[in-house]
Amino acid sequence: MLEALQFEFMRNAVMAAIMASAICGVIGTLVVVNRIVFLAGGIAHAAYGGIGLAFFLGLPYYVGIFGFSVIAAMIMAAITLKEKNRADTFIGVVWAVGMALGVILLDIKEGYNVDLMSYLFGSILTVPSSELYIMAGLSLFIVIIVGFYYHDFLAMSYDQEFAQLRGVSVKPLYFLLIGMIALSVVMVIKVVGLILIIALLTIPPFIAERYTNSLLQMMLFSGFLSIIFSLVGLWFSYKFNLTSGATIIMVAAFAFFLSLLIDRIRRHAVK
Amino acid sequence: MKTRIIELKNVDFSYNHHAILKDVNMTVYANDFIAIIGPNGGGKTTLLKLMLGLLPAGHGSIRIIGEKPKKVSHRIGYVPQNVNANKNFPISVMDVVLMGCLKSGRLLTHPTKSDRISAKEALEKMEMLKHHKRRIGELSGGQRQRVFIARALAGKPEILFLDEPTASVDTHGQTELYSLLKELNKNVTILVVSHDLMVVSSYVKTVICVNQCVHQHDAAEMTQEMLDMAYQCPVELIAHGLPHRVLGDH
Repeated sequence: MLEALQFEFMRNAVMAAIMASAICGVIGTLVVVNRIVFLAGGIAHAAYGGIGLAFFLGLPYYVGIFGFSVIAAMIMAAITLKEKNRADTFIGVVWAVGMALGVILLDIKEGYNVDLMSYLFGSILTVPSSELYIMAGLSLFIVIIVGFYYHDFLAMSYDQEFAQLRGVSVKPLYFLLIGMIALSVVMVIKVVGLILIIALLTIPPFIAERYTNSLLQMMLFSGFLSIIFSLVGLWFSYKFNLTSGATIIMVAAFAFFLSLLIDRIRRHAVK
Repeated sequence: MKTRIIELKNVDFSYNHHAILKDVNMTVYANDFIAIIGPNGGGKTTLLKLMLGLLPAGHGSIRIIGEKPKKVSHRIGYVPQNVNANKNFPISVMDVVLMGCLKSGRLLTHPTKSDRISAKEALEKMEMLKHHKRRIGELSGGQRQRVFIARALAGKPEILFLDEPTASVDTHGQTELYSLLKELNKNVTILVVSHDLMVVSSYVKTVICVNQCVHQHDAAEMTQEMLDMAYQCPVELIAHGLPHRVLGDH
């Protein structure tokens, strides 16, 4: 691994992996405890429409993704708040429409042969230094927001009705959370790709939830796990020449099943 | 003179065009101790949520401490029905109780020193202080119930709403809980939703029967015999469609 770090693209990949993973720990934790995994999946996949739009209009890909997923995210959030019982259906529709729109926009834009696989499954080895600064800025923004509103997020996630009674502005906070999910999608898309984002957002928090006593600990621990998964996955992908995004997810999935197994054994031991 | 602390006038509430509460009129005076009884789906929880401002009334007016419910909801302590939801959530007992100290309008909502003191006092009162570092999911149902009451008390409420607080508590725990509520009732107005009127009968001052309509029974009316009959009132209602025949006209 160390000799690999002499290449700039490898150093950038490691930096990108660390930042994206840390943010996955923070946002993934909120996604898991608020049980909006499906909504997060919808945001990630609808982002494909943003990629199509960006190429169609000749904008940088992250501008397209950001604009498009924020809008799609807000629509889905509004629907979830209004029609709780039908939310999953609407999310499914926005999910599919976003992707379809992306494909069509890329069809229309003739002669543009973009490597779409890299957005679907990530291309961490091609992160330019300039994007690292954007990622750093986004990470900082998310950490500051979550830090500032930590207790409101905690109250909303644990007991929304009670939070409302205590004067927490639950609705704006919910939209803020959804907006931050869209931001993290922009960050993580390079690392594991939009199809696999959901795994990085959910597996580390799921493991962390059982070993921690507060939301903050859960965020820190799942961020740590996420970083480990990404770096180990990156190393495997470098060593055996595998697609990095998929390898990272396989490492995370391995840890996921391992944690389930350990949990079972521990429970048996208690009995 | 007694202060009117809760006033409902001609309140209607329907959900999906289905009437849940019809023309509700009731007045609660300060320091009352009220049991809200009625059949499942009769609208007991809805009534509480209307008074908390969690649901908007379709018709009529609700005044709590002279204000609209949303404005004063932080002055009401609320113990919700389902304390077993979200058991896996990584949160300590202390953090749950601190939630009761959240205040609207404060820019930074991180708990202050005085919040921590109020939370500790509330836990002490519920005899749960020794568990303050434990994870909420590790506690038994009864213990969790106490934590949720402590959360409601931490904000130093003027009114306390409890929605079926004895659902996950054994008989001994029930008696203990009601003695404690009686003690609290010296300073706080209490409304408690309960199925078990037999248990509450010796503690409450007023009974409110809810089954779409609301009937209030004054303290003067409250004899043991009447309460025992009132316990059956929802059954009577369903059987004959005659509200509270057993209790006479009101």
